[in-house]
Amino acid sequence: MPAVSKGDGMRGLAVFISDIRNCKSKEAEIKRINKELANIRSKFKGDKALDGYSKKKYVCKLLFIFLLGHDIDFGHMEAVNLLSSNKYTEKQIGYLFISVLVNSNSELIRLINNAIKNDLSSRNPTFMCLALHCIANVGSREMAEAFAGEIPRILVAGDTMDSVKQSAALCLLRLYKASPDLVLMGEWTSRVVHLLNDQHMGVVTAAISLITCLSSKNPDEFKTCVSLAVSRLSRIVSSASTDLQDYTYYFVPAPWLSCKLLRLLQCYPPPEDGAVKGRLVECLETILNKAQEPPKSKKVQHSNAKNAILFEAISLIIHYDSEPNLLVRACNQLGQFLQHRETNLRYLALESMCTLASSEFSHEAVKTHIETVINALKTERDVSVRQRAADLLYAMCDRSNAKQIVAEMLSYLETADYSIREEMVLKVAILAEKYAVDYSWYVDTILNLIRIAGDYVSEEVWYRVIQIVINRDDVQGYAAKTVFEALQAPACHENMVKVGGYILGEFGNLIAGDPRSSPLVQFNLLHSKFHLCSVPTRALLLSAYIKFINLFPETKATIQEVLRSDSQIRNSDVELQQRAVEYLKLSSIASTDVLATVLEEMPPFPERESSILAKLKKKKGPGAVSVELEDGKERGELNGGGDRGGDAAIAASNASTPSPSADLLGLRSAAPVSGAAPSAGSLLVDVFSEAGPAAASAGVNDDGFLRFVCKNNGVLFENQLLQIGIKSEYRQNLGRMYLFYGNKTSVQFVSFSTTVSCPGELQSQLNVQTKTVEPLVEGGAQVQQVINIECLTDFVDAPLLNIKFRYGGALQNISLKLPVTINKFFQPTEMAAADFFQRWKQLSQPQQEAQKIFKASHGMDTEVLKAKLLGLGTALLENVDPNPENYVCAGVIQTKAQQVGCLLRLEPNAQAQVRTRARAHTQMYMHTHTQMYMHIHTQSPSVLLCAALIASLTAVCVFLCAAANQAWRAGNTQLALFSLALFLSHSPPLSFTPFFHFLIHFSPHIDSTLSH
Amino acid sequence: MIGGLFIYNHKGEVLISRVYRDDIGRNAVDAFRVNVIHARQQVRSPVTNIARTSFFHVKRSNIWLAAVTKQNVNAAMVFEFLYKMCDVMAAYFGKVSEENIKNNFVLIYELLDEILDFGYPQNSETGALKTFITQQGIKGQFQTKEEQSQITSQVTGQIGWRREGIKYRRNELFLDVLESVNLLMSPQGQVLSAHVSGRVVMKSYLSGMPECKFGMNDKIVIDKAGKGGVTDEVGKSDLGGGGSTSGKQSIAIDDCTFNQCVRLSKFDSERSISFIPPDGEYELMRYRTTKDIILPFRVIPLVREVGRTKLEVKVVIKSNFKPSLLAQKIEVRIPTPLNTSGVQVICMKGKAKYKASENAIVWKIKRMAGMKESQISAEIELLPTNDKKKWARPPISMNFEVPFAPSGLKVRYLKVFESKLNYSDHDVVKWVRYIGRSGIYETRC
Repeated sequence: MPAVSKGDGMRGLAVFISDIRNCKSKEAEIKRINKELANIRSKFKGDKALDGYSKKKYVCKLLFIFLLGHDIDFGHMEAVNLLSSNKYTEKQIGYLFISVLVNSNSELIRLINNAIKNDLSSRNPTFMCLALHCIANVGSREMAEAFAGEIPRILVAGDTMDSVKQSAALCLLRLYKASPDLVLMGEWTSRVVHLLNDQHMGVVTAAISLITCLSSKNPDEFKTCVSLAVSRLSRIVSSASTDLQDYTYYFVPAPWLSCKLLRLLQCYPPPEDGAVKGRLVECLETILNKAQEPPKSKKVQHSNAKNAILFEAISLIIHYDSEPNLLVRACNQLGQFLQHRETNLRYLALESMCTLASSEFSHEAVKTHIETVINALKTERDVSVRQRAADLLYAMCDRSNAKQIVAEMLSYLETADYSIREEMVLKVAILAEKYAVDYSWYVDTILNLIRIAGDYVSEEVWYRVIQIVINRDDVQGYAAKTVFEALQAPACHENMVKVGGYILGEFGNLIAGDPRSSPLVQFNLLHSKFHLCSVPTRALLLSAYIKFINLFPETKATIQEVLRSDSQIRNSDVELQQRAVEYLKLSSIASTDVLATVLEEMPPFPERESSILAKLKKKKGPGAVSVELEDGKERGELNGGGDRGGDAAIAASNASTPSPSADLLGLRSAAPVSGAAPSAGSLLVDVFSEAGPAAASAGVNDDGFLRFVCKNNGVLFENQLLQIGIKSEYRQNLGRMYLFYGNKTSVQFVSFSTTVSCPGELQSQLNVQTKTVEPLVEGGAQVQQVINIECLTDFVDAPLLNIKFRYGGALQNISLKLPVTINKFFQPTEMAAADFFQRWKQLSQPQQEAQKIFKASHGMDTEVLKAKLLGLGTALLENVDPNPENYVCAGVIQTKAQQVGCLLRLEPNAQAQVRTRARAHTQMYMHTHTQMYMHIHTQSPSVLLCAALIASLTAVCVFLCAAANQAWRAGNTQLALFSLALFLSHSPPLSFTPFFHFLIHFSPHIDSTLSH
Repeated sequence: MIGGLFIYNHKGEVLISRVYRDDIGRNAVDAFRVNVIHARQQVRSPVTNIARTSFFHVKRSNIWLAAVTKQNVNAAMVFEFLYKMCDVMAAYFGKVSEENIKNNFVLIYELLDEILDFGYPQNSETGALKTFITQQGIKGQFQTKEEQSQITSQVTGQIGWRREGIKYRRNELFLDVLESVNLLMSPQGQVLSAHVSGRVVMKSYLSGMPECKFGMNDKIVIDKAGKGGVTDEVGKSDLGGGGSTSGKQSIAIDDCTFNQCVRLSKFDSERSISFIPPDGEYELMRYRTTKDIILPFRVIPLVREVGRTKLEVKVVIKSNFKPSLLAQKIEVRIPTPLNTSGVQVICMKGKAKYKASENAIVWKIKRMAGMKESQISAEIELLPTNDKKKWARPPISMNFEVPFAPSGLKVRYLKVFESKLNYSDHDVVKWVRYIGRSGIYETRC
């Protein structure tokens, strides 16, 4: 019904809302909403024209339903229609709906923008404000694109109403924050700045928010605002409380504006213009003065407003940091607040003082409040306030009051909240180190710290103590004594045990003179804690024990007993077990001299930034930063000469050993970094050579080579640092080999380089091309290298691979033979029986046959044999030989120069009677006790090598000898020597007779070759 | 092991709170209210786990019943108990409503003490309970010592569900086969899923301790009988239930459960259902079948979208049973799109109306005979919306009631033996009734 109270009543809406509120269940509510939605849909159906009132009412209902959490997918058009209404309420609801419900990519956005544009250009200030508010609420990019040009014009136009200007300034701010690239101030800048002079305080307040935001982005363009802001501020500050009427808040003139002005000024350095600066200082003084005046009202709002300005002024003073007078006054003012009833004020005072303490002008002034702050630390009820107090104590600490502050913090630590304990511990540790004049005091403090709050003492803290003790001779004795005493407490924190173990291990001898702390007593004391500790600590203690053996030979028996016990030497933890085994061996094998060298006292740590400080910096963001600034100058006093004091043990140990249980004694990694005598390193290798794999050493490493005769992929080489994997493929006379270098450590290898060389005449037989690898191999990473190989003619030797890199500063050099053998270029050939035997007979000349009889050292498994023969590269021909026991193979060796056909016959003999025959250029015949025949019909001596290689695989040494013999006779000295080398590297105590035989026969030749 | 049991009204106020075990704290009551009753999103799962505590709830009109436990209980057992609890309350004071619960506050606590002991469900047979939990309270003069001791022995005895010495002048027996048929059908008339869940409910007014034997056309029994050549007495098999096709003799029951009075050992060995019935009303068995279901109605939908703003719907329903039978309370519910702005309906039979609050056209027909068909057509006007989402087209659902068992189940006999008293099977008046109702009976459109 149209005529009914066309005002703002909207009875239907009220009824609907009360219906919803009265619903007894969710289902009832949903039913009611569905009904209402259907009703609205039928009204909006389009065939009826709705008047503005009903439209507004239904849009309102939709809005309400949306706010209840239901989706609304219609009614947008009606809302947009409302925008063009002339009634304020209808327009308002339309804008409301749009800012809540319309998303930016709606197709209606053009219509909406159009309506907004109309409103912006209308002369009606309320409509303009509504439009501006809508833009600010939506704040989308499309809106910004459409209106970013329009709004500044409205903002600075002379005839715009004040309220509209206010809205425009805030709207612009919103758009600028949302999409800064679209809002270009350029030409408007100066006029916007001049808004600071506007008559209307509201406009100034709104404009200053905009200016602050803009000037923080590009300060230079808005530089002029400083003087305007200062003059504005001075006008406000000096005005009587009644001058500003509406803008006086509980007797404080324009507090919000003042705060904003002060904050704006903090974007800039102190004004250079003397007059402006004078005026500003005057203002700040007035603000400080006003703080002293008795309050004009008892209301909390009054003091809040006043203090807000005061704190903002103080932050400005701190920001300038150039007016000693003001700084001291600010400090005094804050000092008063320290004892204020209001907790918030105390908190703020402490926080501001923290920054004041870092200024050179006010540092002394802050220090006068030390008692109050300490009191606050102890008595404050609010943990955040206590935290601030602790921060302030840390900030105000210097050489004069360090002892007091550290003592207070230590005593507070016992009752401190868990949340701030770790930070407190770090702070105490840093202060104690930074201002330590007397290092025994430092040691006392840190040990106390560990005792009181062991759980919160991070690794860095106790590393640091050890560094300092090691780097300073004068405290070592004292430290040993104190640690010894501390360890006597029945319950010790694990960190204490760590420090104790380390220090006694290094400097236990300094207190061993006293019968109360004789070596055995020391050891027993440490060992009594052993079983209560975690694995890393135990590992450290084991290292301490071995050091004891060095320091006090009389404890050797006891300690060896401990190391030998099952709980150590068979410990399930591999680290502990290894240490126990190694230390036990070391102590029993090495001479005292060797022990003394290996277990020498740790060298001083290199000087670096304190790791604790780094940790605190990481923990705390901005708060601590200003304090750190003085570190530079403080460090000078602290570390005296500069050669002492030191860095975290972690740094050193991390560099040397990647294992998580850093070996502080530097034992395992003796050679590379710690600078222990180089002899110690090599001795160590001797001692351990029988246990564990030999470390990478210079000289050609052969053991991987032979395995690759019959296979193409696998691991060629592996030690603690490096693993080299191979993948290779061959086609005809070409081959490609992929080498994978894997860094097994967590530390990168630097200047990593590999070279492949072909020694001697191999250069003319084999063409090898490599691609260079990256010089840096990250920890745990793998790099790949491709090698292209071309076989020019038959060859005997293998190319050499040389790898060089630096690991932890030490140069590593590894030489390997690349597994490239002539059989890789075999191409298998299938042929029928008749064909085979025909060819076999053709190759009947004595120099075309090699025959060998050898004894199989392993059992003969058919499958293994087949796999081996296939791996050789030849084709295994089935059903060719009349005797099924025999194996027959055929293949062609592909070289660039020629192709050599090879036929091979392996005749296993189950009888005890054995012969091996290998026929090549010359015939060779030998009696041994094997069960295999091997026929090799070939025209090439290199095939002989293959035979040799196969033989070595099955560890048939005798055959090797024979091969050497054969080669020798053939005049191929190189091959002979190679076979010999193979023989030597594989010499199990099988049968030396043929070898001697060989030697006797050929020794003159060998001599001559060697001399050659 | 139920830890506790709470009853709330629709606002979440606690009406009844009974805690059986110490591991359920006071805050459990609030936890359920906050997390389930007042949850922002409607909680649809009947089991809710909050802080390692499980809440099982059922809702009866506006009343929430929640059982709480910290242990890993058999959820089916808990729900069985909750439903039983509702039945017991209904047997004592009628409808389970807030008003009734408040009025019978003491009685409910008394019942809860009796039917749950330390969280373990006890005898919940209404008949037995009514002998010793009475609304009037036990008064000395009405119940002698003997009677009291008799109750004790009966309740703790082997046949806890029936007391001795019941006498009726007329021995009467009512047997209802109640089935609900569930269906989901594709628009082309292909059955996607269908099953019948049925109950056999009995009301017995028999004297003494009679022994009953119940027989139906279960496939296994019939086959066995057929093979053995022994013809069972066909007795009452023709009572009512004419809807099914005459050719079909037996039905395959997928699974069934029995009242506690049925001797399961006998069922296992001989497949015969024999029992001593409780006095009054009880549910003898429940069963489920999925094969050869008679679908009483076929719904043929036709939905046509005419442009963006119009939708034409035509729905034909066909009844598929003997013309002599009458289906009742037929209701077809046709969902409408969410942006419906107006609906015009024409139907030949019954009444149809667009219900905006439920977003559906509801078509009601009071009665309809078998082998008939009827149709409705509707024009739905739509309002163009911003959403590009297509309408999901929820299925058309249907409600009805037919006087036969859609599963094809037939009662073959129900024999009563009472050796001590002087009445025989012939003296008992027996009534059998079949009612088939719709469960979720939906056709996609």
